[in-house]
Amino acid sequence: MSVIVNRYKCGYCGACVGVCPAGALELVETWIEVDNTCTSCGVCAKICPVGALVVIK
Amino acid sequence: MRSSYDVIIVGAGPGGSITAKTCAQAGLEVLLIEKRQEIGDPVRCAEGVGKEGLIHHIEPDSRWIAAELKGSMIFAPDGTEIKMSEEASSQKAGFNLERKIFDRVLAQQAAMAGADVMVKTRATGLLRSNGSISGIKVMYMGEVTEIKASIVIGADGVESKVGRWGGIDTSLKPVDINTCTQFLVSNIDAGEYNKFYIGEKYAPGGYLWLFPKGEHTANLGLGILGSKCGTVRPISLLHKFMETYMPQGKIIEMVVGGVPVSGPIKQTVANGLILVGDAARQSDPLTGGGIINAMDAGKIAGEVCIKAKEKGDYSVKILKEYEDRWRATIGKELSKSLMIKNLLIKVSDEQLNQLAHSLSGIDTSKMALPKVLPILFKKNPKILWELRTLFI
Repeated sequence: MSVIVNRYKCGYCGACVGVCPAGALELVETWIEVDNTCTSCGVCAKICPVGALVVIK
Repeated sequence: MRSSYDVIIVGAGPGGSITAKTCAQAGLEVLLIEKRQEIGDPVRCAEGVGKEGLIHHIEPDSRWIAAELKGSMIFAPDGTEIKMSEEASSQKAGFNLERKIFDRVLAQQAAMAGADVMVKTRATGLLRSNGSISGIKVMYMGEVTEIKASIVIGADGVESKVGRWGGIDTSLKPVDINTCTQFLVSNIDAGEYNKFYIGEKYAPGGYLWLFPKGEHTANLGLGILGSKCGTVRPISLLHKFMETYMPQGKIIEMVVGGVPVSGPIKQTVANGLILVGDAARQSDPLTGGGIINAMDAGKIAGEVCIKAKEKGDYSVKILKEYEDRWRATIGKELSKSLMIKNLLIKVSDEQLNQLAHSLSGIDTSKMALPKVLPILFKKNPKILWELRTLFI
């Protein structure tokens, strides 16, 4: 269970980090890191302003 | 760098830098850290501020003022225009900033006041001792070190981790965030007013903005409520708007961002910990504006840190003063804005048009929103009934 970040789309704004209920995401400079607490809930993918995130169930 | 400070501030935005400056001016040992290698860039902000709010903190300087404004114009879905101004007496209602320079100047002021500053330095966790936060773990150039502090300030923005690490749940639900895209557009006539386009037609649960940034250039941005995002995205809606209304415009910069619109959260302090600005969800749920609130909160946080140092007590008992003071000021405004936001996300485009039409014949050009709202309520009690407590 995780999310895939399309780095070619991502604008590294951190909005996904703010909505992640599990606190599984982190914005490091220009990329998003996902840790193993991700539950694939999909909130990050829903709110991404550019649609850069895809959830894998 | 020292191994221990009175106060460590995580995040060198306006809130963090004002906290740092306030503490350093009083002689406290202060460290301000910023995870990016450049302070203030890329921006995640439409960059508009009210003049009154700004001058409490800093003397306006042409280095970081991109444009002075006469006021605001709101456009209903059918194009009906409502003109407003924050300042009845003056022609200068507000400024649009150059945040890249503004944020840097604020950090510089904190540094000149005595604060240590570290960039490209990311907080990765909190230290604890005796039931209190007692410092942070940081990563700089791949190396992790620990730095002790009596108080840690989380001014780490929309993606704040400091609060969560300290046991405060700051996670935002989709309905609590506005998700935004902004283009810096050139080759247009930007005008002297900040323009807001409201309604589902433009931006479901949010608005589209055009904020002038000097001759022929403006921030053209669009935010939608997170709960309405998914099938549509801000970036595609913004491209669509440009193609329709501004085909001559040239995009010379693009930024994205999320703005907290939750209204006041339950808790913003813990033992040895204070949250400031977007990290404390202190941005306005209606306008999305957060710069002045963050700076005001940063000032209060700094003053409370000074008091805590005097007393040698960094527990919630002392830090609670921060909570009380920001709720009595910023918090009250946030709650009002939240009520209006919650209503507006339910109102149809047709009803928005009705509201705009009801102001025809009334000169609102020298009024700010708090003065226009009661007029709207009086003329449209049915649509705005939910807001009645604001006017009684």
